[in-house]
Amino acid sequence: MTVTATGLLLEATGISKAYGAVVALRSASLAVRPGEVHALMGANGAGKSTLVKILTGAVLPDSGQITIRGNTRRVHSPDEARRSGLVSVYQEPALIPDLDIRSNLRLTQTPIEPFRHWLSELGIADLDLSMAARRTPLATLRIIDLARALAIEPDVLMLDEMTAALPANLTERVLEVIGRRRGGDRSVIFISHRMIEIGAVCDRATVLREGETVGVVDVNAGSEERIVELMLGDVGQGLPARDQRRESGGGRSAEATPRLTARSLAAGTKLQDVSFELGVSEVLGVVALEGQGQDELFDVLAGSERAHSGELLVDGRPVSFHHPADAIRAGLVYVAADRAEALLMQRSVRENIALPYLADVRRWALIDLRGEQRTVDEAVATLQIDARAGREVRRLSGGNQQKVTIARWVAGGVRTLLCFDPTRGIDIRTKQQIYVLLRELAQAGAAVLLYTSDLKEIQLVCDRAIVIFGGRVVSEIDAANADETALLRAAYNLRADARMPEQAAAATVVAAAAEPPGGAPVGGPGSAQPEPER
Amino acid sequence: MTAAPGLVETARARPIEALGRWARRNAWSIGLLGFFVVLLVFTKLIQPKYGVTGVQGLAISVLPLALAAVGQAIVVISGGIDLSIGSMMALTNVVSAALMLDRSEELSVIVVVGVLVLGLLLGAVNGALVVITRVPDIVVTLAMAFVWAGAALLVLKTPGGGSADWLKELVLGPLGSEWIPKAAVVLVLVVALIWLPVRRSRVGLSLYAIGSNQLAAFRSGVPVGRTKILAYSLMGLFAALAGLSLTANTGIGNPLSGSYTLQSVAAVVLGGVSLAGGRGGVLGPVVAVLILALLRTDMTFLNLNPNFATSAQGIILIGVVMVGTLFQIRRGRA
Amino acid sequence: MMEAAQSEGTGRRWMTAAAWRSLFRDRPIIPLLGLLGVLMIVSNLVRPGIVTSQWMGVIVRGAVPLAILAGCQTLAMLTGGIDLSVGAVASMSGFVVATFVHSPGGWPAGIVVALFAALVAGLVTGIGVGVFRVHPLIMTLGMSFVVLGLANVWQLIKVQAGGGVPPELRWLGSAQFAEIVPYSLLVFVPLALLILLILRRTGYGRMLYAIGDNPVAARLSGTRGWQVLLVLYVMSAMFAAIAGFLLTGLTNVASVTLADSTVLPSVAAAVIGGTSIMGGRGGYTGTMVGAIILMVISSLLSSLGYPEAVRQVLFGSIIVAVAAAYTRVTSDT
Repeated sequence: MTVTATGLLLEATGISKAYGAVVALRSASLAVRPGEVHALMGANGAGKSTLVKILTGAVLPDSGQITIRGNTRRVHSPDEARRSGLVSVYQEPALIPDLDIRSNLRLTQTPIEPFRHWLSELGIADLDLSMAARRTPLATLRIIDLARALAIEPDVLMLDEMTAALPANLTERVLEVIGRRRGGDRSVIFISHRMIEIGAVCDRATVLREGETVGVVDVNAGSEERIVELMLGDVGQGLPARDQRRESGGGRSAEATPRLTARSLAAGTKLQDVSFELGVSEVLGVVALEGQGQDELFDVLAGSERAHSGELLVDGRPVSFHHPADAIRAGLVYVAADRAEALLMQRSVRENIALPYLADVRRWALIDLRGEQRTVDEAVATLQIDARAGREVRRLSGGNQQKVTIARWVAGGVRTLLCFDPTRGIDIRTKQQIYVLLRELAQAGAAVLLYTSDLKEIQLVCDRAIVIFGGRVVSEIDAANADETALLRAAYNLRADARMPEQAAAATVVAAAAEPPGGAPVGGPGSAQPEPER
Repeated sequence: MTAAPGLVETARARPIEALGRWARRNAWSIGLLGFFVVLLVFTKLIQPKYGVTGVQGLAISVLPLALAAVGQAIVVISGGIDLSIGSMMALTNVVSAALMLDRSEELSVIVVVGVLVLGLLLGAVNGALVVITRVPDIVVTLAMAFVWAGAALLVLKTPGGGSADWLKELVLGPLGSEWIPKAAVVLVLVVALIWLPVRRSRVGLSLYAIGSNQLAAFRSGVPVGRTKILAYSLMGLFAALAGLSLTANTGIGNPLSGSYTLQSVAAVVLGGVSLAGGRGGVLGPVVAVLILALLRTDMTFLNLNPNFATSAQGIILIGVVMVGTLFQIRRGRA
Repeated sequence: MMEAAQSEGTGRRWMTAAAWRSLFRDRPIIPLLGLLGVLMIVSNLVRPGIVTSQWMGVIVRGAVPLAILAGCQTLAMLTGGIDLSVGAVASMSGFVVATFVHSPGGWPAGIVVALFAALVAGLVTGIGVGVFRVHPLIMTLGMSFVVLGLANVWQLIKVQAGGGVPPELRWLGSAQFAEIVPYSLLVFVPLALLILLILRRTGYGRMLYAIGDNPVAARLSGTRGWQVLLVLYVMSAMFAAIAGFLLTGLTNVASVTLADSTVLPSVAAAVIGGTSIMGGRGGYTGTMVGAIILMVISSLLSSLGYPEAVRQVLFGSIIVAVAAAYTRVTSDT
């Protein structure tokens, strides 16, 4: 098979893309060698998702070129990308919900036998193809998507956060399968933010920051720090040091009534039995792996879902919420992870901030415009929102958008703040500002419940943390002991000395790579330089 | 590691299961059919003289709307809607009537073919506009309703024209047994010849795909724009068939379309096709048309004010959709 | 991070294409008025001297009922919905008033009854859309059938009583002060001001925009959607009733299908005026200008001697063109 003169299977150079005045990519490049697993990394806002869209043909770049197998291609659609040899597996499975699996396969003309082969390699042996895609669990759909892609033997396989929604056993299989592709003549582009996995299966990593490729790193023992450095840029280690934590010895005072008391809350299918107390002026962290019931917990607290058993007390008094408005009246306000869910994208910053205030029927009459402007200006100043493009909130950057979602509650005075992964996909600087804000709010008397998938935040912001597994609280850890490792172990519900599935998966893959199918790459743990093909 | 040889397609191994699944998926249409049968019995009870002529009359009167409902269903399944179908019917009706007036029977065949092609083109224009301008389909087809209606008026300012005899012969009267209306046969044939092959093919899957989840379809390699235009073109074809059936039925061309558009939307919704797209079929809407027409007839038999029938149609529409929406919420589909 | 580094556009700097586009997007009323101006100039070119204040008066007079119905559509479209029942409700209202002319209470009683009937219709629609979550297209479509049917029944009941359009209504709907200013403005101006006030200055107006833009976000912020929608469709029905009174007065016709042909143009006026059918964007000033534009086009076409048919074709084409321009301009970011 043909390779470029430089020996690359895929090469993207000088890619730039701007949306009006917003520059998503300045000059990004990516070079993938045959037979390697290449990581693509970068914080959200760094341009990673735009580059992915360009590679898959969903978006046309303003400049630059993409060369696959030596041919420069202009790719306009996923179909064309596929014909050029690049197949992508997206975070949302590209399966049609109202069709059954077999029809989905027919739609993409996937050959059935190879598909079944890969399916069983990935750990799903007996799949009923006549199941409606809508009724198939998400993890299974993602595996199906991957098996579909593998079945047509693409030259370059691009996986976008492949392991994000997968349970540990499937993750292990996926990493295994990916790892085995190393050393062949086809490549994998692996997009992930999980360092352990990248260390296990990837050969090199391209790091994007602020729309440019800032470095290509060989993945080996010491590379994680280098990669993080590249991702963060000159913000240095960025995260505020421990001693910057609140001085006023935080945490709840034992006598006062806790702001929030949850007793044996159960809701939906995943939340089984969760109890905890959240005190005034306290920041309580919630840690959990994907899908352990934390979504349902927050939905119940925010009033958008009903618990089917258990009770909830606010300031010692039992409450029952039928609608978010009830929760808001009880002082519980919700900051969502998904900004698209929380913001009125076509409306102005001002309208977004004023939204909860006006939602009440009693405020449906004439607005006090001057008073509103004052309140809004205050909130904007408090959160340091850069609202130059404030006419339509969708033109703001992700970080500023998130600040707007918080500002709308700050404007009205916060009693109890429920934050669900508020810093997901946000730049470092804004994250820091949000941490500081949360602590200030707590100091001023608010109670904060913070769920985060970034475990470093727990020690920085929280006084203590509860860990949820299988819909129950399995552990409560004081901030002083809540380092990442301890939290992760608790999240997997393991004894302190057991090994975590991620590490186990990584080890399996490394072991497999060390066995020679042909010429043996000799590598240390977590690394492999691809040997040139014979 | 190769796949275990025993992995047989489970569906083929058990036809009963497959039948059960088919029944579940088409539950709504089957229910409608059942209701229609009950309604027929009820009609016979309140009007013992209801017989061959009644059935014949029913078939011939619903043919245009039934064809329109099929066309609308195809567009709605693909995730769109077309509010210009009534105008398209009027346009194809007047064009065929104007061209067939005082012409030989042979030439009329060419006219019919030409009108069918015209229908395809009209639909394609609608679809192309929706795709290219990216304006919501409601607005585009609303505007095009004006355009096609105006065009119809340009062809024939007042009702007139004529119809070839063979065309009339095609849909009027019984075929073979006196219980089988030719109109029904024509409907079944047309749907079978046009829609069934499409539905079974990959193109049909694409139609359902873009209605179900356009992004997933795009990522699955479906050419979304082309497929949409195809959906609208098929609808145009059925609109032309409906217009031709009007010509055959009435013998003339009438540039004022009547309420076919909105009634076709009502029929589609009652027929179990979700406005969101991606699910449903053409059988349901056709049966819905039959039911609504029969209900109107029953009201006349019961000496009820026919205007109650109009209100009843609205109430039924609203009621059925309310119940349907409640079911969906209960089942958890947003 | 990646932000729009736009200058705020104060003062007239060099008008680049991008600047034009943001003008179009942020203040669509300006190009709309420009379009109106162009149409008036063309009208005058075609028939020199036709553009007089009398002509303007007739245009405005005809536009008033349309503008009211288009207001109903604007309100509904802002929430991402539509109201296809306005025609039936308007026709029914005018018709009911006419049937009361010879009855005790006279036509004022008729107005009260009609308004009450519209209120009920709006309530039913609002409950259907807000509580039962029926798609507004279907709900209002169904209601239009129901109202039409019931209006027909009413016709049969009242046919013996006879009736006709009361002269007061005729005066209100069709007479003009000094042959220029239509008296219907006495009704329209307060109504328009009310709608503008609601949309711009009240919390309720903000809720309309919020629900149309992002119903999930609105709910999470404490908005009870069904309340907003219920009030919306009640208002829409009552405004439609008022439009029906004026329309009956204007045409001197009382019929249950009088306003049927105004439903689609009412949607068209709102669309041309810049209100998006997907919700969350738009306003009433544009709609009013849109209604006038449609009337001017109508008048232009008839003075050109073009038959009704051509008018319809051009109507439709213009709607597509304008809507396409809006879509292109607003989806730029």
